[in-house]
Amino acid sequence: MIAHAIFFYVFSLIAIVSAIMVTVSKNTVHSVFFLILDFISISCLFIMIGAEFLGMIMLIVYVGAVAVLFLFVVMMLNVAQQKNQWLLSEASSGHIPVGLVISALIFFELIIVIGGWKYKPDLFNSNNLDVFNTVSNTHSLGQVLYTDYIHVFQVSGMILLIAMIGAIVLTFRQREGVKKQSYIKQISRERSEGVEVLDIPSNQGVKIDD
Amino acid sequence: MIEIGLGHYLTLGAIIFTIGIIGIFLNRKNIIVILMSIELILLAVNINLVSFSIYLNDLSGQVFTLFILTVAAAEAAIGLAIIVVYYRNSGTIRVEEIDQLKG
Repeated sequence: MIAHAIFFYVFSLIAIVSAIMVTVSKNTVHSVFFLILDFISISCLFIMIGAEFLGMIMLIVYVGAVAVLFLFVVMMLNVAQQKNQWLLSEASSGHIPVGLVISALIFFELIIVIGGWKYKPDLFNSNNLDVFNTVSNTHSLGQVLYTDYIHVFQVSGMILLIAMIGAIVLTFRQREGVKKQSYIKQISRERSEGVEVLDIPSNQGVKIDD
Repeated sequence: MIEIGLGHYLTLGAIIFTIGIIGIFLNRKNIIVILMSIELILLAVNINLVSFSIYLNDLSGQVFTLFILTVAAAEAAIGLAIIVVYYRNSGTIRVEEIDQLKG
């Protein structure tokens, strides 16, 4: 129990500090790295609490794909030099109190919700799918994911496909003046347009590319 | 303090959610950081769902966390594609200069 507490406090402290650093860090590349650190510590928390499959999937999807995508875009757009100086600039000083007040309100609402949850412990006895403790986490997730949630699963696959097509369509660009191979032109050439028989007079040669 | 319960995880989720909100409100420089703040908010939602799922002994929270992960990945891809196209057209992604809609 003490080990659980120590690991929880260490990982959650790292997560909170790196989340703060994501928002206040001056360099955007540093923000992406702190985002990766945040995801890693949260996935450690997930593995510790017992959701091993989700922790691993968080590592693969977020750290392996999404954060690297962010990093690619940050480096491609050349915004690494642009400083993130929201605390310093005068033009943005009007937003800071409003944002702080709204964020504090949301935080206190969430805390109030959690406090109300503590006084209603009888909700803890709602066992819908009691497949814990007999098989592993991944096994039980697979048992419900491909049976009860099969339609939602297929819809999420459709969402991924549409996102892929959308990203490709958005960023695809047809460039002018680029020489490309055209297979249909190549294989539909005929002898009449490719070869010409000339009658060349002696000692005069032939002029090509006129 | 030593006994880690559901409330601890929910508080962690609330703190990270609030940091994400602060990041959206206070960032005036770079729209990519706003996208990262949205990722933080989705991460906080995932923490809530997973901790409820574990402490209530109900797997559907983890299943929906999977779907939120899917949607977050799709959203990041589309958002970054839009940012790339916008940068190509206008040469900037600073938040103050994106005012074509007069919002």
